[in-house]
Amino acid sequence: MFAPVYLDHNATTPADAAVVDAMLPWLSLQFGNPSSRHEYGRAARRAIDHARRQVAAAVGAQPGEIVFTSGGSEANNLLIKGAAACFKPGILAVGASEHPCVIKPAEQIARRGWTLHRLAVDSEGRIDMDAFAAVMALKPKIVSVMLANNETGVLQEIELLAAMARRAGALFHSDAVQAVGKVAVDFRQLNAAGVQALTLSAHKFGGPKGAAALVMDKRVDLEALIAGGGHERGLRSGTENVAAIVGFGVACELAVQRCAEVAPRLLALRERLEERLLKLGAIVFGRAAERLPNTVFFAFPELDGETVVGQLDRAGYAIASGAACSSANPEPSHVLRAMGVGPDLARGALRVSFGSGNTPEQVNGFLDALQTTVARLRQLTAMAV
Amino acid sequence: MLKLPIYLDYSATTPVDPRVVEKMIPYLFEKFGNPASRSHSFGWEAEAAVEEARVEVAKLINADPKEIVWTSGATESNNLALKGAAQFYAGKGKHLITVKTEHKAVLDTCRELERQGFEVSYLDVLGNGLLDLEVLQAALRPDTILVSVMFVNNEIGVIQPIAEIGEICRSRGIVFHVDAAQATGKVAIDLAKLKVDLMSFSAHKTYGPKGIGALYVRRKPRVRLSAQMHGGGHERGFRSGTLPTHQIVGMGEAFRLARLEMGAESERIRMLRDRLREGLSDIEEVYVNGDLERRVPHNLNVSFAYVEGESLLMAIKELAVSSGSACTSASLEPSYVLRALGRNDELAHSSIRFTLGRFTTEEEVDYAIKLLHDKIGRLRELSPLWEMVQEGVDLSTVQWAAH
Amino acid sequence: MSYSVKVLDHYENPRNVGSFGKEEEGVATGMVGAPACGDVMKLQIKVGKGGVIEDAKFKTYGCGSAIASSSLVTEWVKGKTIDQALDIKNTQIAEELALPPVKIHCSILAEDAIKAAVADYKKKHGEPAAA
Repeated sequence: MFAPVYLDHNATTPADAAVVDAMLPWLSLQFGNPSSRHEYGRAARRAIDHARRQVAAAVGAQPGEIVFTSGGSEANNLLIKGAAACFKPGILAVGASEHPCVIKPAEQIARRGWTLHRLAVDSEGRIDMDAFAAVMALKPKIVSVMLANNETGVLQEIELLAAMARRAGALFHSDAVQAVGKVAVDFRQLNAAGVQALTLSAHKFGGPKGAAALVMDKRVDLEALIAGGGHERGLRSGTENVAAIVGFGVACELAVQRCAEVAPRLLALRERLEERLLKLGAIVFGRAAERLPNTVFFAFPELDGETVVGQLDRAGYAIASGAACSSANPEPSHVLRAMGVGPDLARGALRVSFGSGNTPEQVNGFLDALQTTVARLRQLTAMAV
Repeated sequence: MLKLPIYLDYSATTPVDPRVVEKMIPYLFEKFGNPASRSHSFGWEAEAAVEEARVEVAKLINADPKEIVWTSGATESNNLALKGAAQFYAGKGKHLITVKTEHKAVLDTCRELERQGFEVSYLDVLGNGLLDLEVLQAALRPDTILVSVMFVNNEIGVIQPIAEIGEICRSRGIVFHVDAAQATGKVAIDLAKLKVDLMSFSAHKTYGPKGIGALYVRRKPRVRLSAQMHGGGHERGFRSGTLPTHQIVGMGEAFRLARLEMGAESERIRMLRDRLREGLSDIEEVYVNGDLERRVPHNLNVSFAYVEGESLLMAIKELAVSSGSACTSASLEPSYVLRALGRNDELAHSSIRFTLGRFTTEEEVDYAIKLLHDKIGRLRELSPLWEMVQEGVDLSTVQWAAH
Repeated sequence: MSYSVKVLDHYENPRNVGSFGKEEEGVATGMVGAPACGDVMKLQIKVGKGGVIEDAKFKTYGCGSAIASSSLVTEWVKGKTIDQALDIKNTQIAEELALPPVKIHCSILAEDAIKAAVADYKKKHGEPAAA
């Protein structure tokens, strides 16, 4: 049977077999509601407690610092809106290349009397330090900058930014959903530098969809987004998604165990890919910046990205054009626009994101298919002229 | 051979039907794509599964699939419905109406809306747990924008007069929200007939997985909502966030099975429930809470007078049941639902909710009946209240040294 | 709620359950709590010469921890003078039974029951002669 090669791990990942094995009992005989006091319920509660310890340990946090949510988007909404609700309106600053689930809540807050600053990035996608310092001088109350960008894979100097934000008296949050399993994430160390909250999401590193967490310094005041039975210390009501949370815990453990082994392999794949991409005449975005080892965001000038992606899908390679969550959106990538990339080039952008299962052979196969596609399209373009 | 403890808490959560699990698993492995990925077959396959499930959810309630918005569960659906509608229609008025026996997810959301400047009327119910339509009529005001009444109560299983309330609300142009988390698979829901604008659903109360729910948002006449979760613009902007495909597939299959099987299943469960009720009827001073006729067949909520609920739960640990609702069982408060029925404190503290379901057997019910007979007797021997009542003391006249 | 082994033991095998005849010599009763709060304890002591508690019985409407707390104090008060019985503190009860924080009120209620029973005794018999 024809099995396409999946090269879109920043959109989502297949669940690890060990993760699904751990989840299955919680979808069959162990089905209790963790709030129930009988043995079915208590068993489910113990499973959640265990997963909470696993998630905490994976990112160097305390179990009491973990708030489970239904996804990364919810965690980011909870942090931005929940924190804003505890302050009088003031200044809020988020990276210009943040995921929409940080930018959109920030825009919502801006409608309620807050002033929103979009923190500029340089041409490589890194936060512009001078611009950042200038915004900090305005004493913002909330600052959110992602650890690793989902499109470009660009890593920010989070500890440095957090320290500056702390000196300005701001609450500093970082969306780390793309970082776990690919680079080391240590909340204690980040917290010491001034990071007070992190967002994690299970399905980005071998866990199931439907489980995520806000890792948060307990001193941060937050108002819940979802009211009700008072679950998750009152910060997130609703019956816990036990199976997915259990899977999240296991995925965290595995991701951290394997990170040291997997990251260099991913990096080798990335380098192999980039070397030939450049020879083919591609532009690799954020190439001079520190980036995730698995992500390559690139474009061929004058070639339509959608067409390339479609051809590659038929050839058996699944990659992304722009970010998955806004794929319905025909607008060019806001991340590239923030980096000063022109709209035409940005519209042609393609993203390859590797996972631990990808092999050098797959990369070679992909490059061959890409080369063929690009050659054919260039020929067609030339004929049209 | 009986498996202990016997699960009689189907209103807290249900096991996932094995047929549902089987459909879910491929979506964790080979069909793991992100339904929002538009550039490859992994995404398209996941999206097709999500849309198929949407059709199944819509079919159970006779709605258009376009009227279904996925959420993480009924709690989120209730939050989205109430805050979303209240905030969108705030320009028309700031008065909301709900009922004292609603789920915490509705009541707490209303409390939050009060802090945001809305005014909420919390209506009393009759002694049988049902809402009196005249009480509702009297509470309506020109600035009422939203009424929220649950379909089936989670603690006592009574079915509210949703059709009638819908008529009243529609005639006055008021948005009507119904929390139907406990209703699916238990009562027929026809949204082509019911004049309901927003309806909340949960998968895990109907043999689907936890972590997934839906909100029905009527298109004709169109109901508008302010989104509560912002981001990638999923679910037509109503609710952003990556869709958990396997859970959605599970909810679709669970609701499909409910549609096909609820008729026969309800009759079987009614028989078992009635067997349980009759089996307990010879214990003295046992009271059924809530109307017995206008009630789902799955629920029996009874008060064993003069026996405290938590010690009773300990005594019958071979039965997995609840006293009060699962979501509040960490607290020592007696059930606010039973208080709202006018039950006195002793009876409210003495209630046990038995909820039966798809996998309950006659043997399990018989075991429960026998166990309860033994344990109620033992605890009443321990109860000073029972002793006083036996001596002819009227407890309502006693001056308690409250602490 | 998970209960300690000692709570479970007292709950499964409560000591000294029952009531004395109201007219029995030296019997005093302490009834504390309220049905509205979910617990009512009735502690009876039978006081002999020199104000020594010779026997005790209880009945409790309440959770497992309330039943265990009252069962425990019936054991503890026996053999003590009524004044010594008054020295029993809720913290000792809570510690012995390893009560979780949400159940501390059960131990407080048990201490109150002792006080109420002793007060009833003193009301009926006056202060006992010093031993």
